[in-house]
Amino acid sequence: MLQIRIHGRGGQGVVSAAEMLSIAAFEQGRHAQAFPSFGSERTGAPVVAFCRIDDSDIRLREPILQPDVLIVQDPTLLYQVDVFQGLKPDGYVLINSKRSFGQLGLAEIAQRHRSERLATVPATDIALRHLGRPLPNAVLLGGFAALSGLITLPAVEHAIQAKFSGRVAEGNVAAAAEAFDFVKREMEELARA
Amino acid sequence: MLRQIEGSRAVAESVALCRPEVICAYPISPQTHIVEGLGELVKSGTLAPCEFINVESEFAAMSVAIGASAAGARSYTATASQGLLFMAEAVYNASGLGLPIVMTVANRAIGAPINIWNDHSDSMSQRDCGWIQLFAAHNQEALDLHIQAFKLGEELSMPVMVCMDGFILTHAYERVDMPTQAQVDGFLPPYEPRQVLDVNEPVSIGAMVGPEAFMEVRYLAHAKQLLALDRIPQIAAEFEQRFGRNTGGLVRGYHLDDAETVVVALGSVLGTLRETVEELRAQSGLKIGVLGITSFRPFPLAAVRAALQGAQRVVVLEKSFSVGLGGVVSTDVRLALSGLSLRGYTVVAGLGGRAITRASLARMLHEAAADKLPPLSFLDLDVRIVERQLQREAATRRSGPIAENLLRDLGTVASKVS
Repeated sequence: MLQIRIHGRGGQGVVSAAEMLSIAAFEQGRHAQAFPSFGSERTGAPVVAFCRIDDSDIRLREPILQPDVLIVQDPTLLYQVDVFQGLKPDGYVLINSKRSFGQLGLAEIAQRHRSERLATVPATDIALRHLGRPLPNAVLLGGFAALSGLITLPAVEHAIQAKFSGRVAEGNVAAAAEAFDFVKREMEELARA
Repeated sequence: MLRQIEGSRAVAESVALCRPEVICAYPISPQTHIVEGLGELVKSGTLAPCEFINVESEFAAMSVAIGASAAGARSYTATASQGLLFMAEAVYNASGLGLPIVMTVANRAIGAPINIWNDHSDSMSQRDCGWIQLFAAHNQEALDLHIQAFKLGEELSMPVMVCMDGFILTHAYERVDMPTQAQVDGFLPPYEPRQVLDVNEPVSIGAMVGPEAFMEVRYLAHAKQLLALDRIPQIAAEFEQRFGRNTGGLVRGYHLDDAETVVVALGSVLGTLRETVEELRAQSGLKIGVLGITSFRPFPLAAVRAALQGAQRVVVLEKSFSVGLGGVVSTDVRLALSGLSLRGYTVVAGLGGRAITRASLARMLHEAAADKLPPLSFLDLDVRIVERQLQREAATRRSGPIAENLLRDLGTVASKVS
């Protein structure tokens, strides 16, 4: 079972991101469960949402305490919330930031984990270009598809279209594709380095 | 058709497939998404004919549902927590009048202190109100139970509450199999009221009944609930035949055959419990089984007794708490076990949305299997802050409001992951 924890702030679409991730997994024929850390719906407050993906029925209902994947939608949380709590040693981490892990002061975290599973992507900038609003949630899912290969970009696009329509859907699809390409390039550079 | 949707959406679409003619809506978390979804379906014409009535309170919601049902309309509403308490008088009237209203209760704690998260205090507060109470273990079951509820309620002419864990189920996206309109129409016939207000054949409903017959009317309500004990499994079997899914029924057992310890629970925690029990069986060889109660009212005394009588001990894990006594469900389970010498433990868990984790359940079940649990315990109770408050109260008469004191002791919670 793959367990994903998404951290962000109220208003950034944290819960929607987990829901879209579950729709993408479902689109790929898998079982998925998405749920929020209930109740903290205040704009700007730290919010956590969860997604589990498996090949059979998911019965477990506890919050995800030992994630395989961490997606951080707002880098300012890094200094407020222990987002890395419980992260598995071989886990994936994707952070919305223009800066590298080292520049974010996360060199120690980077050392303890597999470098090819860690990435940052300027999701807010990409969202602003495509949507005109700083909503990084769907963008990061595109980046996650590139980082992990655990979901495909077409499945992410399908999930975006299931959740949004019209220009919002189009903008998010384009933004997710750009984040996919960005992270792909990052991974290739890392592989060459 | 398989869909990946929110639990609330699944329930809204399932209720719509039952063709309700009147829906009374008043928002309260975590139920709101359900009536919002139904509102969309009515507005778009997908659900027609149906009157969607925005009422001014939960008391009005149930009162309007009573009027609509008495006029012969299939009626639906949904609520939670204080909303259920606010409509309580009308809730009793709906059952007293024998009106087959279906209501979703998106289970949530009751204040004070105010808390919007899940536990079963709301439904349990109305357990004696004469409604059938069915508890869903997962979203597929929540969806299916609504279809079964309309059939059951209308056959017996009594109202049915479908209880589903607020947030944990209502706000969870998971895979559900949504039936077709033709399938539901084949299962659920049009509503044929047992009593109806009709201007052409006037009757009055809601007579005052004195000591000469009040007890008999109440007894008849009980007799109907006993009939429901037979009909609930029959309807579940008929549902399975048509829809290919085994959901609903009175109780559901897992690994009961060789179980020395059986954990009894209701609702979504059954999923986490089953995972935990399977791990414990594989890792520690502990012979633990799980009994899920789907029908809490009528309470299936015989089925519970049959499921538990082979065990040595029973742990009732409940998301409700009778202050001054202990368990709510436990009391009923004990009644089912009269005369049997099982060791019994009540574990109150998950109040006000406290997460129930595998780790905590496993620790508790190890203690239970070794008979080291106290008769009443509270899963993951933070004894530290309880003790501090008790000391404060012992030391100072005006020691301040309890909730505020505890929050101050805890410090900021926003930075916690879960």
